[in-house]
Amino acid sequence: MTPTLQTFLIISAALFCIGLLAVLSRRHAIFILIGIEMMLAAANLNFIAFWRFSPQPMPPTGVMIAIFSIAIAAAEAAVGLALVIAVYRHYRTTNVDHLDQLKG
Amino acid sequence: MSSAAAVIIAILMLAAALAAATLQKLMHATLSFAAALVGVAAFFFLFSAEFVGLVLVFVYIGAVAVLIVFTILLTRRDVGNDRGVNWGGAFLAVAVFGGLTLAILKTQSVTIVAPHIRTLTVKRIGEALMTSYVWPLLCVGLLLTAALIGALVLVMEEKR
Repeated sequence: MTPTLQTFLIISAALFCIGLLAVLSRRHAIFILIGIEMMLAAANLNFIAFWRFSPQPMPPTGVMIAIFSIAIAAAEAAVGLALVIAVYRHYRTTNVDHLDQLKG
Repeated sequence: MSSAAAVIIAILMLAAALAAATLQKLMHATLSFAAALVGVAAFFFLFSAEFVGLVLVFVYIGAVAVLIVFTILLTRRDVGNDRGVNWGGAFLAVAVFGGLTLAILKTQSVTIVAPHIRTLTVKRIGEALMTSYVWPLLCVGLLLTAALIGALVLVMEEKR
């Protein structure tokens, strides 16, 4: 039995939801970033799966979008980690529960 | 594309991702995250998109995971005060997964098998990047430059 597109979409949905779990349930800023990166990887997996299973996969559109999305994810990780370091310098913590100075 | 390979890769990848989401120690979670990304890259190889798989390994494991490790080392004093898994978040994630799975299972048009394709060579990808995708490529270059300069400015020590 050869796997269908459905299988891979469910796998990537599972990866996305694990990323969502990490984002929603952890309090450490770096864990939240790891969760976001996992969600982005799941989106890339979807792009490549749709490209591979499309009837005419020869214009490599899905591959291109995946490459650009990986580049943007790298930029996002760099800025996010720089923010974590800046926040740590200022508050001496990376627990996002303690960053409540703007809370009314 | 064999079913057994897909199942094995999926189990390993999801287990590593779950470990990354739930482990208490940041360093262990980062290593599990890298393992999960190896699983994603393995899927790309399975889909005969070898170039993207290699890009993923280089960028995510070579750069992003190492960057995360460096950030953990720089913010070391503050480990171990994570209060573990919050059940509201877990419930929401399971609910989203249920909704997505239901939507995917009800969609008839995704029950297709992969067509036979010619291998996608790096030459073709390069040609596409230099012709139809040259503006997006330039924009991504600009974005990366701006993001890296922004990251440098953010972490620069303020002069008193």
